[in-house]
Amino acid sequence: MTGPAKTDTQVPLVDIYVMGKRYRVPEGLTILTALEHCGYRMIRGCGCRAGFCGACATVYNFKNDAQLRYALACQKTVEPDMYLVQIPFFPAARASYDLEKVEPTGEQVLALYPDLVKCFGCNNCTKTCPQELETMWYISDALRGDIREVAAKSFGCVMCGLCAARCPQGLAQYNIALLCRRLYGRYLAPRSKHLDDRIAEIETGKFDEDLNNLKKLDGPDLRRLYAEREIEPAY
Amino acid sequence: MYPSYMEQSIRKVESTRERRLNETLPRLTETEKGPLLQAHHPDYISQGMRDLSVGPNKGDRAPHEMADLLEGNSRVDPERIDLTRVEYDVDVLVIGGGGAGASAALLAQESGARVLLVTKLRLGDANTVGAQAGTQAADRPEDSPALHYIDTMGGGHFANTPELVEALVKDAPSVVKWLEMLGVNWDKNPDGTMHELSGGGASRRRLHSARDYTGLEEMRVLRDEMRNRNIDYVEFAAAIELIMDDLGQVAGAVLADMETNELMLVRARAVVLATGGMGRLHIQGFPTTNHYGATADGLVLAYRVGAEMLFIDTMQYHPTGAAYPVQILGQLVTEKVRTLGAQLANTDGEQFIMPLEPRDVVAAAIIRECQERDKGVRVPTGQVGVWLDSPMIDMIRGDGTVARELPAMVRQFGRYDIDITREPMLVYPTLHYQNGGIRVDVQGATQTPGLFAAGECIGGVHGRNRLIGNSTLDIFVFGRRAGRAAATWAQEAKQGQLSLEHVKRWQKEMEEAGLSEKRPSSPLLLPDYARPAPEYMPEHSKETLAARRIRLA
Repeated sequence: MTGPAKTDTQVPLVDIYVMGKRYRVPEGLTILTALEHCGYRMIRGCGCRAGFCGACATVYNFKNDAQLRYALACQKTVEPDMYLVQIPFFPAARASYDLEKVEPTGEQVLALYPDLVKCFGCNNCTKTCPQELETMWYISDALRGDIREVAAKSFGCVMCGLCAARCPQGLAQYNIALLCRRLYGRYLAPRSKHLDDRIAEIETGKFDEDLNNLKKLDGPDLRRLYAEREIEPAY
Repeated sequence: MYPSYMEQSIRKVESTRERRLNETLPRLTETEKGPLLQAHHPDYISQGMRDLSVGPNKGDRAPHEMADLLEGNSRVDPERIDLTRVEYDVDVLVIGGGGAGASAALLAQESGARVLLVTKLRLGDANTVGAQAGTQAADRPEDSPALHYIDTMGGGHFANTPELVEALVKDAPSVVKWLEMLGVNWDKNPDGTMHELSGGGASRRRLHSARDYTGLEEMRVLRDEMRNRNIDYVEFAAAIELIMDDLGQVAGAVLADMETNELMLVRARAVVLATGGMGRLHIQGFPTTNHYGATADGLVLAYRVGAEMLFIDTMQYHPTGAAYPVQILGQLVTEKVRTLGAQLANTDGEQFIMPLEPRDVVAAAIIRECQERDKGVRVPTGQVGVWLDSPMIDMIRGDGTVARELPAMVRQFGRYDIDITREPMLVYPTLHYQNGGIRVDVQGATQTPGLFAAGECIGGVHGRNRLIGNSTLDIFVFGRRAGRAAATWAQEAKQGQLSLEHVKRWQKEMEEAGLSEKRPSSPLLLPDYARPAPEYMPEHSKETLAARRIRLA
């Protein structure tokens, strides 16, 4: 039960083409574990192995179907006659900024990413996204200055870079989305007064005595407190 | 869509659902938990452990997989390293590019230090991005840091280091605020109050989440901020040994490029280890939720410079790893599914444990249900599991809750045509977290001068079992503290002559213990999942290939 899936010899085999070269691998592996079965030891193109880190962006099509498709190698099961290549890195524009000195406006986003206006709506980015985000629509939200919508639509972005790799206008959609989410969190999300109040209480030492007493408790007393504590309903 | 042989059991889960909506199993008492853990939790399987024969923890118990590496041979021959050829000379070197490392780098720089962060994969390739459920902080009026303290101590079986827990719970609200001011998007109610959920072993609702992408959201922001502040970092650079000086302080590190094997030496006035956990050691053969590089490297490096470890015999097995489909075997099904109301059910559709017990208790109960009671569901690969009844969530909290609160889970299972709003998930415990690690004080200082540590590689905060939402808290609390403390140390420390004498001493100790022939090289750096050396190779060629792989690792 170690990392890659088991490769029982009874399992039917399928042909896949890694950068054009044919390999025969057991059915049911992911692209990532199939590459490892072939003997590739991953350094690039492999990260969390669970669909969250965006390291393993992969482009593929089929022997008899030229339509390009996109996936995270750790999440996609191999299919017969798949032609595939990983794109572990793609150069992309990233604006540098001081979050304390920017404004949460469309003008600001445009000033940092002026290439936004070059989007001509080809929708390649949306078709490319392995997370099935509405990438082109959040780019159009960004153009309209609707930062909140960009944040909402882009939330599942793992920053794999495939959108940028396929953009004919050289946009880095995922970096634009990150800027908008940070502007939203810093400036537009409603503030949490109870959080500020609690921080102030801690700073004035309101809980120090309680905590000092708790730290001094020996095993049985602390165990009793724990067993007897009142538990708030989960919902 | 599940295969037809599983349908019968799913029908049972559906048939009991209405009744179970009103069925609450009692929490176990402390006297009930003990025997359950001892009989079924992997930490209590003594064949999985052995006593360490060398180093600061000689005589202490550790899992074989970790002991092999702690007792491993250095990858460095000190005689062949020219310590005058230093590539980087900085105040603070941070090793590790996850949440703790990024926090340490940011705070060290804010404190005036020249900082370099190195990581063996990409910046952000860490367990942080896989954390889904949330970050604990006692910030509601109904809650208090004292309650957070009691919950954390109880979850850890009262073995936790009290001062570290105090730091954890007192810093928590300001960490949440810090992340928000850096642009993290917390889930909030329309009036601005935090949308907070409960968690296993927590007596109050205090989980701050970003849907079920909490750790990813935190890491995306910190990584971007590091870039905005022009903090130097080097990717694909693995630390393979620490450098010390003739004053007995840690003074830098030997790095190897993961792709080219190029050697790089870093001289630093202080070093922060933020190297994360060890899931990829597959302790006791378990699958893991951890990222590719989770191989306990920092523990190995620290051990060789004399730093002591705490609680390294205890691992966290997350109760709910995916048991089906095989493509995602062992991957995380967030505890948030249970905090939202989903129960666990056996093959007959019956509950067997209160779903919000601490993780070690729930994991042991699932193992008991499947192994001792034979009430699990078996799939053709031999994997067994129990049901996590996610469709209950929308029934309790209204349609659309699962889609809104668990988009990552919906997406992940949707890729295999399983609709978790309508069908349950099959789960089994999976190796998730290293409860113990390097001993540190409240500022993250280890017992070795100049060496600091933060995040999953430290021990004591969580005792013998961590609670949900306390890891994506501890990485920031102790990352920030260690970064600041390292910067302060760097301002005052005198620098000596660089030295690798400690490596020579280590190898001598290994030889005297008769271990140098028996043990592998360490740190491991990456697991080896590539197909093994082929049959046609003569033995000496296989050895060369294996050696080459280790070198390339």
